[in-house]
Amino acid sequence: MMRGKPDEDDYWNSSKFKAFTFDDEDDDFTRLKESKRAVNSIRSLVEEEDEEDDVEKVSWSGEPVGSISWSVKETESSIRSTGEVRDQSFPKIHTAPSLPKNSSGYSLSSLFKGKAKTGSFQSFSESFGDPSIRNYAPELRKPKSEYKDYVSDWTPEETVKRMQQGKVYSLEKFRSLQDKLLLLDEAVNAHDGNVITAVLIYLKKSLSKEILFRELITREIALRHYIHYLKEIGEQKLLVELFKSMDRTEDMALMQYRDHLNVRDENKRRDFLKNCLSFPFSPDDATHVQDHYTLLERQIIIEANDKQVESSGQADIFKKYPRKASILNMPIITTLYYSCFYHYGESDGTFSSPANIRKTFRISDKQFLLTCLGARAKLKAWFDVDALFTTKNWLGYTKKRSPIGFHRIVDILQKNNAPVQVLQDYVNLVEDVEQKISLAQKYKCHDVIINTYRDLKDRQQLIVYRGKVEKGSSEYRKIEEILSNSQLRWKN
Amino acid sequence: MAHSVRRDAPELPDFSLLKRLARDQLIYLLEQLPGRKDLFIEADLMSPLDRIANVTTLKQHDVDKLYKVEHKPIVSTSDQMVRGCFLYPLTNWFLFPDVVNADKAFGRFRRYKIIFSPQKFYACENLLEEQGIFGDVTTDEWSFYLLPLDDDIISLELPEFFRDYFLEGDQRWVRTAGSALHLLHSVYGPFSKVYGIGRCSKMAYESWREQVEEGEQRALQAEIGNVFLIDRDVDLVTPLCSQVVYEGLVDDIFRIKCGCVEFCPDVTSSDKSIKVMLNSQDKVFNEIRNEHFSQVFGFLSQKARNLQTAYDKRSGMDIKQMKTFVSEELKGLKQEHRLLSLHIGASESMMKKKTKQDFQELLKTEHSLLEGFEIRECISYIEEHINRQVSMVESMRLLCLLSLTENGLLPKDYRSLKAQFLQSYGIEHLLTFSNLKQLGLLVEQQPGETLTVMESRVGKLVNDKTAGKLTDAFSSLAKKSNFRALGRRINNKWDTIMKWNDISWIFQTFLKVCGCTFSEISALRFLGREKGLKFIVVTTAITNSARLLESMLDNHA
Repeated sequence: MMRGKPDEDDYWNSSKFKAFTFDDEDDDFTRLKESKRAVNSIRSLVEEEDEEDDVEKVSWSGEPVGSISWSVKETESSIRSTGEVRDQSFPKIHTAPSLPKNSSGYSLSSLFKGKAKTGSFQSFSESFGDPSIRNYAPELRKPKSEYKDYVSDWTPEETVKRMQQGKVYSLEKFRSLQDKLLLLDEAVNAHDGNVITAVLIYLKKSLSKEILFRELITREIALRHYIHYLKEIGEQKLLVELFKSMDRTEDMALMQYRDHLNVRDENKRRDFLKNCLSFPFSPDDATHVQDHYTLLERQIIIEANDKQVESSGQADIFKKYPRKASILNMPIITTLYYSCFYHYGESDGTFSSPANIRKTFRISDKQFLLTCLGARAKLKAWFDVDALFTTKNWLGYTKKRSPIGFHRIVDILQKNNAPVQVLQDYVNLVEDVEQKISLAQKYKCHDVIINTYRDLKDRQQLIVYRGKVEKGSSEYRKIEEILSNSQLRWKN
Repeated sequence: MAHSVRRDAPELPDFSLLKRLARDQLIYLLEQLPGRKDLFIEADLMSPLDRIANVTTLKQHDVDKLYKVEHKPIVSTSDQMVRGCFLYPLTNWFLFPDVVNADKAFGRFRRYKIIFSPQKFYACENLLEEQGIFGDVTTDEWSFYLLPLDDDIISLELPEFFRDYFLEGDQRWVRTAGSALHLLHSVYGPFSKVYGIGRCSKMAYESWREQVEEGEQRALQAEIGNVFLIDRDVDLVTPLCSQVVYEGLVDDIFRIKCGCVEFCPDVTSSDKSIKVMLNSQDKVFNEIRNEHFSQVFGFLSQKARNLQTAYDKRSGMDIKQMKTFVSEELKGLKQEHRLLSLHIGASESMMKKKTKQDFQELLKTEHSLLEGFEIRECISYIEEHINRQVSMVESMRLLCLLSLTENGLLPKDYRSLKAQFLQSYGIEHLLTFSNLKQLGLLVEQQPGETLTVMESRVGKLVNDKTAGKLTDAFSSLAKKSNFRALGRRINNKWDTIMKWNDISWIFQTFLKVCGCTFSEISALRFLGREKGLKFIVVTTAITNSARLLESMLDNHA
């Protein structure tokens, strides 16, 4: 078992769920990283200028410099200490900035210097032409006194990181569309749904929906977060617009249909469903929704009628078996069962008749039989049960037929406490002899067993069975009679 | 490295430490709010909280009364309230502003605090802000990530993970999983190697790495060796199969919640139901939990006979012997007696339920589906199941199993089965079907695709020569093919480990992203015994077919 087998390799590599290697970075991610580096390199330039004046006062967050440099040092040491363990197992995901060893308070700026070195100069000059960066670059050059008021100088990456850590952050400075999207992409790359949603909330507030929808179309992960968020806060209208703008009409229809669950009053719910009929469902679903509407419409009629009949005490069936619950909002099959129970034999024209329900909802023969059988057996209407299976052929002979095996019929009847006399009729109809005998034994249909053995001319089995029945009982006598019949030619 | 090759299996790490950490943090949070306060607890968090702290502990920290979160105005005498809305799902949480605003309408001003566990969401805070109660209500986090359920099972207790991630595509729990891994790592690490399959695992891994790099690093004695991260959707077949080991069956039938099960009066043969902890402390349970249920009865009756003999020793004892017997053995025997009668009761009740619904036939159908033969018979079995309106979740489970193993249903079958399902269980399940389709659990076969796709996917798991070997190895477990499938999978992993690394560490940790079943845990325990390893299973939640599918339902307002 410990040997590696080629076919097992196969599973691991060919399966849809590839074992990942942790180093296959997405292209998008790489691109983003480049821009991140570019932004960082600008900062380092800006901060270098500041630094010449006074290092102590550089504070991005209002936190004292000491704490940041402390945390940088910590990161540095942790990277060093875990390095060897990690290298062994995985290629690094992040090419962590190779930090120069520097224990002075200046380590912060040297960190960025280090970064600038790794980021190529080319990307630096390229990004300088980038308008989005120029937007805030001049602000960074403001006099120090003003500069202090600025809390929000973080790059998208830093902002996302701060949000993940639950630190103070600010999204207001992401004003250009490009910045906003950069922030969103960074959040998506951090795989933190919480932050993605937070950024989306900000975008929802600060972008017109048309623009936001347009941008989300190409951003599947963000889009799904957005949809989920809207679902959770119940912004139906906006969701409808969103689906519409993306041509996801079926999703839209289903989502609106879902709302019927919130409508308690049955008449209002019916009207709501009627309204749903015009929604752009897939053809199949449209039929189902149509059924749903028709069903509720009829249930309302049946319910009103039966309630009245029941309370007036006109019909015996309701007196004998009072209704346990209302039929409203029950599934089709339950409705059919109800109708077979209370409205059996009504003419096809009435809404409550089994035949009408069967036709309206295109119920299969098998399904109809099963439901009807259950209902009539429950009422112990064995005559009705019998009639269900009886067919006449053109010669006028009657024969029992069933779209499902008779052994299942026996099972259903038995569960409804059918008496042995009824059961044995159906056990007899089971075609497979072995199955017939085992069923007959299970339900103690002696006649069936005895007759079957007789027909099989199995004397031995009959003798064995004689030992099982009570001495002197009618079964016993019957076996004796058969065994003493000299006309029979036994096979053993 | 400090940890050299250790082939002697040491004890499992002491995970009770995790509980202590969680408790200490909770107490710290409570002490942040001096004075008497009421604590409101979300229903989902009750059981996990029970494992961490008891009422006495809470009372010691000025908690006046405990309430279950019900979304209606609060009647309470305390003027300061801790609203322990330890809530995971955002949806229920939404009614919270109403409570505060109702209070305000009454002219009352009370201080509220919401403590989110294991973390707060920006979306929640945003809602507070939008409702104008930000500030009236303060928030905090209780970073309660890991709950040890047993010596070798740790759960994140995040059943929402599955739906949120796989269905909605929301990655809000990914960082949580990363944080949990980080916690495990900082207390019991460092890990020697981490392996993973699946997108979510990869993301959780990356999130964890990030947190490691951000945080401080302590040199520790490594207590955990290799870590395997596995996405649930790597194998959705196993959790959809009926479970056949004792623990799995108990979970399927009685629902184990947070390592605790409530046996109904039917089982206890008295008029009350009893809550029982199911873990390795329960000696009887510990011996049968991983066994195929057909072997459990024999074992239990043997055990009962032994117990009888032990009791019978009493006769013929003199007074002194009797005294030692009473003081030393009797208590243990009584305890065992109690447990034994419970598990016998549970087995009986399980048998009754299972024979009623023709368990054998059900297993046969599942087996045929996995092996890929007699598919038409399977379909008509499922059809009848639906027609007779037998358990809805069960019907759905079989449909999903059919779809997974056949790589989708034929369009004709799909339409007909869907129509019958809707007729039997309600048309609103249209929504459920749409969810299942989205998730790929129940789909139509795409034209052009042939069965060979299925053979390469599922067949790899089941229909394989090596499966035979596992059948021997798994003895009772492998009787049912889902174990074979599972065992095969682990075996695969095993080979990978072998190839990559000479086994040096004893502990392997499995982090199952999005849930893991007791059967899978049983299989891992078995494999561990075979290989002389110990597995620790860390999962976002213990799941089974019913929980998995119920999370897909969409038929409630």
